[in-house]
Amino acid sequence: MNQRNTHHQGFLGLAERVGRRIIGGFESAGGIAIMFWRAFYNIFLPPFEIKRSFQQMVRVGVESVPVVLLTAIFTGMVLTLQTTYQIAKFGAESYIGGVVGLSMTRELVPVLTGLMVAGRVGASIAAELGTMSVTEQIDALKTLATNPIRYLVTPRLVACLIMLPVLTAVADTVGIAGSYLVAVFHLGIPGSAYMKTLSMIVESFDVLTGLAKTVIFGGIIASVSCFYGFNTRGGAEGVGRSTTTSVVSSCITILLADVLLTALFTK
Amino acid sequence: MPEREKDKSRAKGKTTVEERAKPLIVAESLYKSFGDNHVLRGMDLTINEGEVLVIIGRSGCGKSVFLKHVIRILRPERGRMLFDGVDINQLNVRELTELRKNFGMLFQGSALFDSLSVRENVGFYFYESTKIPIGEIDEIVKEKLAMVGLSGVEDIFPAELSGGMKKRVGLARAIATEPRVIMYDEPTTGLDPIMADVINEMIIDLQEKLNITSIVVTHDMVSAYKIATRIAMLYEGKIIEVGTPQEIKNSQNPYVQQFVTGSYKGPIDVLEG
Ligand SMILES: Nc1ncnc2c1ncn2[C@@H]1O[C@H](COP(=O)(O)OP(=O)(O)OP(=O)(O)O)[C@@H](O)[C@H]1O
Ligand SMILES: [Mg+2]
Repeated sequence: MNQRNTHHQGFLGLAERVGRRIIGGFESAGGIAIMFWRAFYNIFLPPFEIKRSFQQMVRVGVESVPVVLLTAIFTGMVLTLQTTYQIAKFGAESYIGGVVGLSMTRELVPVLTGLMVAGRVGASIAAELGTMSVTEQIDALKTLATNPIRYLVTPRLVACLIMLPVLTAVADTVGIAGSYLVAVFHLGIPGSAYMKTLSMIVESFDVLTGLAKTVIFGGIIASVSCFYGFNTRGGAEGVGRSTTTSVVSSCITILLADVLLTALFTK
Repeated sequence: MPEREKDKSRAKGKTTVEERAKPLIVAESLYKSFGDNHVLRGMDLTINEGEVLVIIGRSGCGKSVFLKHVIRILRPERGRMLFDGVDINQLNVRELTELRKNFGMLFQGSALFDSLSVRENVGFYFYESTKIPIGEIDEIVKEKLAMVGLSGVEDIFPAELSGGMKKRVGLARAIATEPRVIMYDEPTTGLDPIMADVINEMIIDLQEKLNITSIVVTHDMVSAYKIATRIAMLYEGKIIEVGTPQEIKNSQNPYVQQFVTGSYKGPIDVLEG
């Protein structure tokens, strides 16, 4: 086990610490995958956790709608300003609807929604389950013959899997609305041109792959934050630590998954 | 290490220990450590059906850790934990769930679910795992709360309860299903002396009327002497003595003597973890 007293210096010490980090990372990844799988197959075992899943869906929605929509609308606006400035050099401003619409729906809105929900909902899941863990409430569930994964993780997983694409769809719409406002009222691009290039360039395939990615982001957020919540040790300080770790890990995993998925969807 | 056999005398005029001595829970040389912290080091203990076994020992010696081994919330590195002759660490998930239905447990920190009301806490098992009508569950909840001296608190949330009230709601939840075995981790800590005695009487009552087996962890020696069929002392990861309250009181073991008389003088080093 870890010997705290032996303190290696220099390169060996560094190598040892890096090695531990990597091993720890793999262990957590394994634990997260197992947690995902256990929660996932419980979705299909009756009696279904409908009521609790619905409560969690409402919670995910309430917690993240404001921040997700704000992010989407501002991203839409900024992207429109920047891109118009760039493509005006080629006289292609009238294509702004299509260009912005494409990068928003395929890439930016899904990833930003994932990151925002990881920060908002992921943190609150990790903190809640972490508190339950350090106050032995998770052990208490077991003594009452209740499976804590099924009772706590499955509803949160269902909620994230369903709510992420829903939130992203709304954010797509709001983000494009923001872009439209800036393009038409600030930059003076005709509304009809904006809509025409938007519908010409952005296909439903683009929107759907963007939404499909967020289902996976939802799975990541729920499994990572529940894993760190369940494995919280050491009182209030431990809860703080696992909340931070959970947000950082979810965000990194989402960005990684995004690269892989984008490579897959663009063939 | 053979466990000392001291099941001879009787406990306060109740049936003799011998008459009903059927081992229900058996720990066989349990070892458990957390990192470098070796908590259980070959612990042996037998708990008989229908007895109240009290575990005493210094703070941090592993009493709560042992209780968690009994229902496999923790698993030993070595050794066996038997219930009714079955090694519980060999059970599959479904069998484990069935096993746990035999137990009720009061956690040291009460472990009430803070997102649920007192009613939902106490009736948790019935709401989640049975089809008993809501009205009947309400009755059960009311009755169990009355047993621990509480009424009219059903709709309050745990955050609004005092420490002693939390403990009693935790007790009500532990006894709610009238399980075969109830484990109490410091049931009287934080209660006033009168309420502590109400709880003592309740534990004795559950044993006498329903033949429920109890494992009680306590630092309250008054309560220990009153409720115990046998008392076991845990020290440095092992049970160093088991016996009736009388035997423990008169024990020749200097460690046990020092502990039960509550003296800072003796072989136990006060500074040691
Ligand atoms: N989950 C855990 N992880 C790491 N160490 C633990 C864990 N649970 C208990 N310990 C350690 O095991 C030892 C025994 O703890 P335990 O809670 O069983 O003590 P106790 O006998 O119940 O003490 P008290 O009378 O104060 O409640 C302590 O040193 C504690 O730090
Ligand atoms: Mg304890």
